[in-house]
Amino acid sequence: MYDCRLKTGRFLLRLKSFEVVSVNLIEEHPVLDFSHGEKVPFSFDGRILEGFEGAPVAMALHANGVRVYRRTQEMKRPRGFFCAIGKCSSCLMVVDGVPNVRTCVTLLKRGMKVETQIGRGHVNLSVEGS
Amino acid sequence: MREFSTDILVIGGGPAGLSAAAEAASTGAGVTIAESERRLGGQLVKQSHKFFGGKEEHAGTRGYEIAKILKDEISQYGDRVRTMFNTTIVGYYGDEGIVTAMVGEEDYFHISPKKIVVACGAQERLIPFPNNDIPGVYGAGAVQTLMNVYGIVPGRRVLMVGAGNIGLIVTYQLLQTGVEVAAILEATPRIGGYWVHAAKVRRMGVPILLRHSIKRATGDQVVTGADIVELDENFSEAGLSEHVECDTICLAVGLTPTNELLWQAGCRMRYTPYLCGHVPLRDASMRTSNENIWIAGDSSGIEEASAAMIEGRIAGLSAAESLGYKAPPGKFDRYRSRLRNLRAGEVGEKIRAGVASVAVAEWGNV
Repeated sequence: MYDCRLKTGRFLLRLKSFEVVSVNLIEEHPVLDFSHGEKVPFSFDGRILEGFEGAPVAMALHANGVRVYRRTQEMKRPRGFFCAIGKCSSCLMVVDGVPNVRTCVTLLKRGMKVETQIGRGHVNLSVEGS
Repeated sequence: MREFSTDILVIGGGPAGLSAAAEAASTGAGVTIAESERRLGGQLVKQSHKFFGGKEEHAGTRGYEIAKILKDEISQYGDRVRTMFNTTIVGYYGDEGIVTAMVGEEDYFHISPKKIVVACGAQERLIPFPNNDIPGVYGAGAVQTLMNVYGIVPGRRVLMVGAGNIGLIVTYQLLQTGVEVAAILEATPRIGGYWVHAAKVRRMGVPILLRHSIKRATGDQVVTGADIVELDENFSEAGLSEHVECDTICLAVGLTPTNELLWQAGCRMRYTPYLCGHVPLRDASMRTSNENIWIAGDSSGIEEASAAMIEGRIAGLSAAESLGYKAPPGKFDRYRSRLRNLRAGEVGEKIRAGVASVAVAEWGNV
């Protein structure tokens, strides 16, 4: 049997603690070249951040070190992204005033207003002319 | 509401769907590909590693290059293949002969296809443990999307859960990106993936801890670590848990077929553990119990991209043939023998058993 644990020992797992800091872009890669879109400003809960146009909002937030995208209705649990392909609903946020937007498949645009979603979010129900 | 018709609607533009579309178009059939992403290629575009298998299966070629080859193949058919991006097929109405499609979040319309190939892939599995919902617990596909598609460093130190091919390959890709991988946990006593992948990550110093599982993610708002524990033969905890520092827990614990539309369409389904979920019964041409629906790739059972591409070719060819288009003599047999070769040997044992349990010789007998 191929049991690596015997050869490595467990000490490898006990490294010194480190801070959780924001991470960013891959600068060099042995196989891949990345072409990013234009760098544009957007806001996140009132803060101005930068991201690449044409990449999903969730990715831009992650590159800026943002991990918590919403809070759940009942338990107020923090949620970030999970599947990144629009299937799991973990990354729902309020984008330009619209709640429950799947930010992993919604592309970033210049000046977008992105907000942490609290619970189910609110829809503006005022109808013109009523 | 807008509506248009097409000979063959291929749902999903990944390796299976593109192969089905190319094959159907090669006979002269008109094809529409509905793709939920804004690009074709499916998960191939995230695969920066080289493929195995025979020459016909693009051995030695990186996944994203295979996506390009398939796209080039399709582009030679010009207008005969229409591609719709950002489009999800959400409803099947057999009596009316239509499906409903959604573009983006709000725009709906109808498509009336003569035949359908469902090649909509798979979705990531989640395993239960306390705190598995907090940010930092990511599916392996999400980690690949971040780093291989958008060039974003997923985290600083990752704990990988699962030593199948995906867990091993994504570990290697993380190391290539300069991310530290604390360890790979595997609940069973065996490495599930190819040993060549396992050897690579071992050479780079990543421990593969067999008979180990994650007990909980730690962290208040985001992941700051994980408690891991050794398991005995009955998968019960054996001993005390240990703490691992990490900011990302990457779950590579398998996929399950995306099958909602097949359920809607009334295809006869069977729970098949070796194919990782509920999958439709199918005949040798990949047709389901619904005479208008074929399947290919992971939505017919979790396997890998090389098999998905051959299944796609069989399904596309057969769907076109059912509309009166002609398949060149011997082509089906060649594809079937390539599929048999891919599934040969010890590695393909479970797939063979899974496929055999949902194979139907003739629909009249079912």
